[in-house]
Amino acid sequence: MIREFAAIDVYYLLLAARWTLALTALAFVGGGLFGIVVALMRVSPFLPLRALGATYVNVVQGIPLLGWLFVFFFGLPILAGVQVSSWVAATVAFSFYAGAFLGEIWRGCLQAIPRQQWEAGAALGLGFGEQLRHVIVPQAVRVAIPPTVGFLVQLIKNTSLGAVIGFVELTREGQLTNAATYRPFTVYIAVAAIYFAMCFPLTQLSRRLERRLRVAR
Amino acid sequence: MPSVVRGGHALNYRFNFRDIWAQTDFILEGILVTLVLTVVTMLSGLVIGTLGAAARVHGPRWLSGIVAAYVEVIRNTPLIVQLFLVFFGLPSAGIRLDAMTASMIALGINLGAYSTEIIRAGLEAIPRTQVEAGRCLGLSGVQVFRHVVLFQAIKVIYPALSSQFVLLMLATSVVSQISAPDLFHVASIIQSRTFRDFEIYAVVSVIYLALALAMKLGFAAIHHFAFGRR
Amino acid sequence: MSLVELKGVVKRFGTNTVLDDVSLKVEPGEIIAVIGRSGSGKSTMLRCINGLEPVQGGSVVVDGETVSAPGADLRALRQRVGIVFQSYNLFPHLSVEKNITLAPRVVKGMEPGAARDLALGVLRRVGLAEKIDAYPDQLSGGQQQRVAIARSLAMQPKLMLFDEITSALDPELTGEVLKVLEQVAAEGMTMILVTHEMGFARRVATRVVFMHEGRIWEEGGARDVLEKPRTPELSTFLDAVLH
Repeated sequence: MIREFAAIDVYYLLLAARWTLALTALAFVGGGLFGIVVALMRVSPFLPLRALGATYVNVVQGIPLLGWLFVFFFGLPILAGVQVSSWVAATVAFSFYAGAFLGEIWRGCLQAIPRQQWEAGAALGLGFGEQLRHVIVPQAVRVAIPPTVGFLVQLIKNTSLGAVIGFVELTREGQLTNAATYRPFTVYIAVAAIYFAMCFPLTQLSRRLERRLRVAR
Repeated sequence: MPSVVRGGHALNYRFNFRDIWAQTDFILEGILVTLVLTVVTMLSGLVIGTLGAAARVHGPRWLSGIVAAYVEVIRNTPLIVQLFLVFFGLPSAGIRLDAMTASMIALGINLGAYSTEIIRAGLEAIPRTQVEAGRCLGLSGVQVFRHVVLFQAIKVIYPALSSQFVLLMLATSVVSQISAPDLFHVASIIQSRTFRDFEIYAVVSVIYLALALAMKLGFAAIHHFAFGRR
Repeated sequence: MSLVELKGVVKRFGTNTVLDDVSLKVEPGEIIAVIGRSGSGKSTMLRCINGLEPVQGGSVVVDGETVSAPGADLRALRQRVGIVFQSYNLFPHLSVEKNITLAPRVVKGMEPGAARDLALGVLRRVGLAEKIDAYPDQLSGGQQQRVAIARSLAMQPKLMLFDEITSALDPELTGEVLKVLEQVAAEGMTMILVTHEMGFARRVATRVVFMHEGRIWEEGGARDVLEKPRTPELSTFLDAVLH
């Protein structure tokens, strides 16, 4: 039963966009946790930790996101012994994936803090952990905000692949709407427009933050 | 659509890779298609990127604006949606494309946008004083570009662009969603033949990892050759 | 006919008037030292001479070519007018030889063999013949600047402009560059130098021009201007520079 593409479809698309944002938020939190761990591992003075962190990043970044989605989708049930919904599989996979990228970004920010800051902390008698906590991280966080916001844009776009494992977000909703209305051009233009509306403001924000940071330096 | 896997007890699963090795020829075909897509897209992306960057840096304001808009639209929408628009959407306008052609077009347009930004950054990184020095020796604009700017710009652009190319190779996996016969599509076909879901995607993921590594090493080698210490 | 003639030149950057009715004549063989505070307009005036900066008023005529006119053939003129910059601006991806021979080969169509001989010749004049195959990042600041001078000399210009070419150098490297300048001057080149090196100006310049707030404030023979300032602005400047 083919029906016409109508305003109601745009409404459904917008509703589905909520799930895009929800998945993005979950992946950002999950990925953020992974990312903090990875970033700290990679700047730690212990070689095995640094190597492990580097391996995680290189392996995750060397495999397509689709690959990770399917590996988790089929691998988690094997590991956990239970059926896994697309929500869980998507959240875990995206968090795992985002963790590597956020870890890299944040590592870069930590390393961007000049050596002299570490030395100044050490001269005051602070240990590695304390230097990190009181001197380095506060400065690194400021530097990290623009690229992290930029990465959020990537994450929103990445969630479009959740459609492939059945997660109903904006792209999947677009596929379903297309199947019902047979208006692929209209449907996908609408889908693209909604993504653009979500991503573009963040892209601009990231640019503005970066400019303000550069001026401040 | 992949099926939901019913698990039994945790890890009560017999991994079976034998069925996968039996499909090696098919896998190799998929790898070939992935590589072909990558190379073709790299070339078209480079051409589009160079033209786009030239328009942004040296072109008239209206052209620069159009290119800027193109770049923003591509960079703020997902690749899969762009692919669907080309493959499913264009037929509404009378343009019917096969999966491979649609893939190359969508990937090329996508990479072109990212390349435009990278190349533009590279051109703008060359200090104005270099161009000035060239003009003051009597060189024309074209001569300054060819002898002074080009090599220095390529050196700046190379790391970012080669990273983008590796990302591209991995991103080609998305064409599996319109059934273009790339490595990832081969994986889903093998999955439906053998029902070894996890194994096939694990194997294919490792293959992508190997390809990505090979590309990174290749680019590093070229960099050393071209820009290494004489 | 003067080699360089500036008549009533006015140059503005936005609302800021950098050159305010500047007139200057330079005859062949003269060595002009232009001195003054930063912001007095000296570098801008130099850059107007080879067309790097357009002017809003007055005229600039160099070697018969009206630089300030809209259709001026700056490219042809720049083959006859050399300029050396404060930051040398060597091409980092080219060897010393290629830096020097680029313009002769590409603009004048010289053969590579003849070009290399030319490069050796000018490098000998600046005392760096043995560095012909080196790359700029292997050279000291003073050496790079001397290569920059050689690069300009290779085009056999009638006039050479120098924009504070020793200001970016460590003090101990300045001497070698000044020595080269003296030699080039002794060979009869017409030179206009924006400089802070007062000792050099007194020794080598035929004329000194003191600029202040976009105008030529005092002008005359080197000894006269530097030892007998007639305006308070010049004496204040000289006191500050020669303390």
